[in-house]
Amino acid sequence: MSDLFAARSQMAVSLAFHIIFAVVGIGMPALMVIAEGRWLRSQDPVMLELAKRWAKGTAILFAVGAVSGTVLSFELGLLWPTFMEHAGAIIGMPFSLEGFAFFTEAIFLGIYLYAWKLISPRAHFAAGLVVAVSGALSGAFVVCANAWMNAPTGFRLVDGRVTDIDPIAAMFNAAAPTEVLHMTLAAFAATGFAVAGVHAYALRRGTPHRAFHRAALQIALAVGVPAAMLQPLSGDLSARDVADRQPIKLAAMEGHLKTGPAAFVIGGWPDENTLEHRGAIEIPGALSLLLHGDADAIITGVDAVPADERPPLAVVHIAFQVMVACGMAMAALGVWTLVRAWRRRRGRGVALPDDRRFLAAVMLASPLGFVALEAGWTVTEVGRQPWIVQGVMRTADAVSPMPGLVVPFIAFTLLYIGLAITVVFLLRRQILKTGVRGAVPVGLTGEMPIPTPARPGRTVGGS
Amino acid sequence: MNSAELTWTLPHAVAGVMVLSLNAYVLLGGADFGGGVWDLLARGRQRDEQRALIAEAIGPIWEANHVWLILVVVLLFTCFPRAYAHLATALHVPITLMLIGIVLRGSAFTFRTYDSTRDSVQRRWGRIFSVASVATPVLLGLCVGAVASGRVPLSGSVPGLNAPGLTFVDRFITPWAASPFGWAVGGLALALFAFLAATYLTVEAQESSLRETFRRRALQTQMALLVSAALTIVLAARDAPLVFEGLTRGSVALGMHAVTAVAAVTSIVALSRRAYATARLAAAAQASFILWGWAWSQFPVLLPPDGSITALAAPRVTLTLVLSVLAVGTLILLPSFVYLFRVFKRGNTAFGHD
Repeated sequence: MSDLFAARSQMAVSLAFHIIFAVVGIGMPALMVIAEGRWLRSQDPVMLELAKRWAKGTAILFAVGAVSGTVLSFELGLLWPTFMEHAGAIIGMPFSLEGFAFFTEAIFLGIYLYAWKLISPRAHFAAGLVVAVSGALSGAFVVCANAWMNAPTGFRLVDGRVTDIDPIAAMFNAAAPTEVLHMTLAAFAATGFAVAGVHAYALRRGTPHRAFHRAALQIALAVGVPAAMLQPLSGDLSARDVADRQPIKLAAMEGHLKTGPAAFVIGGWPDENTLEHRGAIEIPGALSLLLHGDADAIITGVDAVPADERPPLAVVHIAFQVMVACGMAMAALGVWTLVRAWRRRRGRGVALPDDRRFLAAVMLASPLGFVALEAGWTVTEVGRQPWIVQGVMRTADAVSPMPGLVVPFIAFTLLYIGLAITVVFLLRRQILKTGVRGAVPVGLTGEMPIPTPARPGRTVGGS
Repeated sequence: MNSAELTWTLPHAVAGVMVLSLNAYVLLGGADFGGGVWDLLARGRQRDEQRALIAEAIGPIWEANHVWLILVVVLLFTCFPRAYAHLATALHVPITLMLIGIVLRGSAFTFRTYDSTRDSVQRRWGRIFSVASVATPVLLGLCVGAVASGRVPLSGSVPGLNAPGLTFVDRFITPWAASPFGWAVGGLALALFAFLAATYLTVEAQESSLRETFRRRALQTQMALLVSAALTIVLAARDAPLVFEGLTRGSVALGMHAVTAVAAVTSIVALSRRAYATARLAAAAQASFILWGWAWSQFPVLLPPDGSITALAAPRVTLTLVLSVLAVGTLILLPSFVYLFRVFKRGNTAFGHD
């Protein structure tokens, strides 16, 4: 394994790991704040319990996100010192802003988690709002920095030296709006669907706490469904943007190998040498039509640049297709949910939480958001190769001169695998405690049982 | 130091902010590491109570404490990108080890808090948490020691470091691991963090015998701290002449040492008289002045021997913007922090954590 490949792999593993927790840090606070807000309005103890349990899940995941984020802030330099040496002064500002947003999120999450009994319910709810807003902001700032790597601006290169730096122009680069929108929607869709799946599972298996899980399912879908339905529109904006600015990336994504009118390529394995597809379904002219409203429009293909300026074609194309497929499935489920909810409102059909087929669909869709997220980041990062800064600096020129980079790559991979297993194990236990299976005693760790309407008069601590 | 060198500029202001946030990291995050040390060394009948007290004291604010380090790193790569790139290369190995320690410590603490309360499970997380808490400060100290003693100079400024024929060990291990001075700084960091934690815990403890335990430990670690500080200076004289010269030149440096000594004596007296709040204040002052003493010893140089703060700084526009971000951020953060500490540290209410 070459040092460059080891460094890229370590970065890929670290980002793929961190992004899950970063996204949860954006999505979960929204869920818990909605639950708490509904408790404030209705005094329904189920809502309070829901907010508390979601907060606990958030705490576990947020902690892992914080440490893996710390690692990344060092890894930028450990693995890509030459990149940081030149880019640091240009794109450091969004990172500083992110630092503050994250700081705010950490402070108020601490208050949210530990001060249930110390401050008034309204103040507590406000703390939750701050967590949710600063979480979304910190994600947006980091994505601005990433967008700059796709659309570098705000500097001039003179004899290999960076001059005339304009950090504000760099932060608000042309790729930033579409990337931030796409990523933020992805965070809400992925978290909403993942959480909905857990509670759909509980409802489908049967649980003594139906009211609890019904409320949870409702809130999770209320966050996930709108985001999933807007996401194809945001994806279209992103694709047009990439087509303008990074035509080779778009060509690799769509599997458009040769310049000319572009077909819409479904599936298939692009051959890097012959620039032919194997086993693809092609709809002639469809991509040209999508991008320019004209089936004969000429679209730049991968062949427009020499082989050493092309990204790995198969990885980018397949990742893109996986992302689109997952996104479409989620949007379709969203449409189904809305249609069913509308019919139900008109007095027809059964309630969604009682429909076993619907619950099964939600369970199946549960991981799709995160699969799409990982695939999407693969598209944007691998699709930019061989550049670390599009058209300006090659990844190979940015890598650390330290030999033996395979060692830290293996070490961090093992570390992250261990952490991932632990997190899954812990969350599973947290979820089991919500009485997914009737046999597991609720209150295993001395917690209050989940209140159900069947037991009126019970109140839960915290008020 | 002549007066011309004392002209403050934008780069110096940013460097000052970096030392400030490092100071916050030492006082807050450092004490968390120290808590882990005491978790590892928890002994006797009240072992479990000691551990519970530590966990409770760290709990609500542990996350925020460690963002200070991220702030230092972000400021370094934004405002001194060349220095960041260089350090990340030359100190790749200890930084990587430190990161593994940070990951294990942070996640083990959370997992322990939220995992099953069974003893065996708790012990497993507790062990990882505490071992990582011991190793990480030592590695942090080793990195600081290597920088301060000029063992990781910018390429070219000292002939030989990048010369062909050097082995991996010569280039990436020896600079930070081979000098006794570096290890002394590592020991100093560990003792300092353990001392801070023990002193803070005397204030946090509700129960008198627990409080007595940590009072004793605070006094013991103060002794260890003084010994390792003396050792560091002795070794610096032999091993790290740059540091020694910086620490002993000029009235400002000596003045800082005097303040550090006064703070140390105050904390010993206060601990002996069981004036815990005063002891905590004195301990924090002592730690801060040790840090500022180091910063002053290498001022105006960022990367000894000759990488000056001004020469390594990013363009003016970046520094101005970052300082503006810092100013606005502080306006939001400071009240938030005050609120956080007021919610949790007033007379130590029972933690409503369920």
